Amino acid sequence: MVFKHKDILGLQDLTAEEIELLLNTADNMKEISKREIKKVPTLRGKTVVNLFYEPSTRTRTSFEIAAKRLSADTLNISASTSAVQKGETLSDTARNIEAMKPDIIVMRHAISGSHHYLAKRVSYSVINAGDGAHEHPSQGLLDMMTMREKLGTLKGLKVAIVGDIAHSRVARSNIYGLTKMGARVFLAGPPTLIPPGVERLGNVTVCNRMRDAVEDADVIMMLRIQLERQGKTLLPTMREYSRFFGLSRDVVKLAKPGVLVMHPGPMNRGVEICSDVADGADSVILEQVENGVAVRMSMLYHVSGGGPTE
Amino acid sequence: MNLLIKNGHVINPSQNLDEKLDILVADGKIMEIGKKLAAPKGAEVIDAKGLLVTPGLIDMHVHLRDPGLEYKEDIVTGTRAAAAGGFTSVACMPNTGPVNDNKAVTSYIIAKAKAEGLVNVFPVGAITQGIKGENLAEMGDMKEAGCVAVSDDGKPVSNPELMRRALEYAKGMEITLISHSEDLGLAGDGQMNDGFTATELGLKGIPWVAENAATARDVFLAEFTDSPIHIAHVSTKGAVQIIRDAKARGVKVTCETAPHYFTLTEDAVRGYETNAKMNPPLRTGADVQAIKEGLSDGTIDAVATDHAPHHLDEKDVEYTLASNGIIGLETSLPLSLALVADKVLSPSQLIAKMSLNPARILGIDRGTLTQGAVADITLIDPNAEWVVETDKLESKSKNSPFLGKKMKGRAAYTIVGGKVVYKA
Amino acid sequence: MSTEATVILDGVGIKRALTRIAHEILERNKGVTDLVLVGIRTGGIHLARELASRLEEIEGVKIPVGSVDITLYRDDIKTQAAHLPVGKTEIPFSTEGKRVVLVDDVLFTGRTIRAAMDAMMDHGRPQYIQLAVLIDRGHRELPIRADFVGRNVPTSRKENIQVRFDSGDHPVEVFLEKN
Repeated sequence: MVFKHKDILGLQDLTAEEIELLLNTADNMKEISKREIKKVPTLRGKTVVNLFYEPSTRTRTSFEIAAKRLSADTLNISASTSAVQKGETLSDTARNIEAMKPDIIVMRHAISGSHHYLAKRVSYSVINAGDGAHEHPSQGLLDMMTMREKLGTLKGLKVAIVGDIAHSRVARSNIYGLTKMGARVFLAGPPTLIPPGVERLGNVTVCNRMRDAVEDADVIMMLRIQLERQGKTLLPTMREYSRFFGLSRDVVKLAKPGVLVMHPGPMNRGVEICSDVADGADSVILEQVENGVAVRMSMLYHVSGGGPTE
Repeated sequence: MNLLIKNGHVINPSQNLDEKLDILVADGKIMEIGKKLAAPKGAEVIDAKGLLVTPGLIDMHVHLRDPGLEYKEDIVTGTRAAAAGGFTSVACMPNTGPVNDNKAVTSYIIAKAKAEGLVNVFPVGAITQGIKGENLAEMGDMKEAGCVAVSDDGKPVSNPELMRRALEYAKGMEITLISHSEDLGLAGDGQMNDGFTATELGLKGIPWVAENAATARDVFLAEFTDSPIHIAHVSTKGAVQIIRDAKARGVKVTCETAPHYFTLTEDAVRGYETNAKMNPPLRTGADVQAIKEGLSDGTIDAVATDHAPHHLDEKDVEYTLASNGIIGLETSLPLSLALVADKVLSPSQLIAKMSLNPARILGIDRGTLTQGAVADITLIDPNAEWVVETDKLESKSKNSPFLGKKMKGRAAYTIVGGKVVYKA
Repeated sequence: MSTEATVILDGVGIKRALTRIAHEILERNKGVTDLVLVGIRTGGIHLARELASRLEEIEGVKIPVGSVDITLYRDDIKTQAAHLPVGKTEIPFSTEGKRVVLVDDVLFTGRTIRAAMDAMMDHGRPQYIQLAVLIDRGHRELPIRADFVGRNVPTSRKENIQVRFDSGDHPVEVFLEKN
């Protein structure tokens, strides 16, 4: 099994075998971050550009650390400091970067499909670090890595994803990845935040009530609710949201003993998740962050392997 | 200046003609239609064997982008594209820069089209000043200057009271009102049809109810004011049904659809294809089926392209940033002929929807092949196979979802006022 | 292409060679103080375990055994059409100041050993690194020499040498394939 893609745009494009390869590599790379010298020479001489059109601390830092641990040279470009502010198009930015001969570009962009646009036009590898409400494959992979590490397998797991599914790229990547790997996904959220046809994305069940999704779940994944994004028409108040879709200790009790509580961050404590749950024994939120580095090392390693061979 | 078109298969819906006939043209008018006509001395003869001879096709919904947006299209290139597509007349929408909301702009369009255009150009004026949806535009003045209809196309008249008054006023001025029926609140900042594909692509959806609700409102307003109304670019199953029901109870409603709405579904957007982005958006298979049924049972009166040229820079961008609309003049005929091949329409029904019916809706003396009529004639080779290629398109813009696709059928000759303006 | 396999070392021969290597390691290092074994994935790990059990039999002391995967240290990484899967590196002890014996099954060009030594250095600074191999087949491309060799086998470049292990990861035989 080898990885033949030039780019990683989403988990929808990958097979179960390819996802497994990425996860296995990530498992084996995790050890590097525990060494005294946290660096391997693998991507020596490669240049990784982090191009972030949306603010992000966690993902950008994680990709940067991952690239550095593989000995790649990294460069960060954020929209607020770049020519983007002066009205340069994505196409021009991409071509200008291309002229400087990077090997991999890690991009975050607010517009769904930006990465497809970019990947079609450039010779270097494109890794999607989040595009609009579409996909966030590295988050999906690190979530799956964490579940597999803690629970042994993804097959047959009941995973509840709760919150704003409609605007969530994390939800989509997890749905694609988890259902390919044999897990069952249960979604819950206010009806205004459940997108049409979502149950057709994979082995997905939509629940009206949070308790139906959480009951007997192996994993509860809470999504960030963003008042500024949800606008005025989709929800009454944060108070009501929290009452019906917030994760409290009582709700956690409905799940299997030893359930994993996950959150892609950043958390709204007291809104979608109570602090005692976020910081409780079931929470694996910091493990997710730790695994994020290993998963991103794996992604960088596999896309840099010479490109498509077909 | 005589022209004899021999051996062609004449389809003339206004007279129910569907047979092999010759047509003699003199001084820009049709002189005679009959069997085995002799060519007068010096007459040019076109052997139309194997070709359909139809009234000059009319596209009642195009954007020529002139004045003001000539980087996308202008009257010269737009009418050239029309001629290549078999159209002898086009009605051009007023969302130019400046907006065609007064007779000065109308006169400019007419003058330029007369001087430099290849085909007839019938301007459509705005319903409201500046297409802002606030105050009625000078419809009477524009009609006198040559506008054949009014429309705020590209935007709906959102205020229902204003729409009511616009219908009343247009009726009095005897000018056709064309409605872009869309509820902007429901459409929001949607990017494609709302549904599974939008969910999958993570794009905001435009729900069908945005079109249906607005169509229903407009039909009720037309009924209430007892005014004619023409609904532009119908794309949903529900809108077809609303119009069908309205026609059944006697509302003076007509409507059009565009070839892409009976050819493509929302699946064409996959891969974030900006040339599949338009408003209304491409819908589902069920909608495509309903559009075909609407065409077949006469609910949908006309096929119009909504030819919407955009510069490459407006389409070669991230999907959400791309402009809405596609060009259509040069692909409309083959895509529509597919309806005949699929037995959705008879040849005569199709030609009616592309000539006679638009002429009647707009109130122009075109769309028929009768003695004394203006000799606007299209000769169609229904079997010609060709591929849509960027550098062969006459339109200044190349934003077509059909690039690289095989087409069957095309105009062999386009004749405007007795003059051949296009020959394949 | 037909291949012809000749057994050049059988199970008994392998056992004898490993026992001898175990004694040589003890002799060279004057006992087991600070001694650790690190097997190179995957054959080297099995052999390292074999050596460790012999050392334990002889000296009565458990010798720490680790494993190293050299994929990320390969020098041909830029020319690979697609990157190879990465195996696990497990060195659950400090190598700082230790006498590390790297163990591999077949010593050939020396490139694997170079990669393994680089990997070891990233884990700490050992006092010594020594190399034990079951087979040395020659054709070195780097200035690398084994400290402990089970058997020297002159080969041609086209030939292939493999150590076969049973389901319990015990070495069964060494065979030579002529292509």
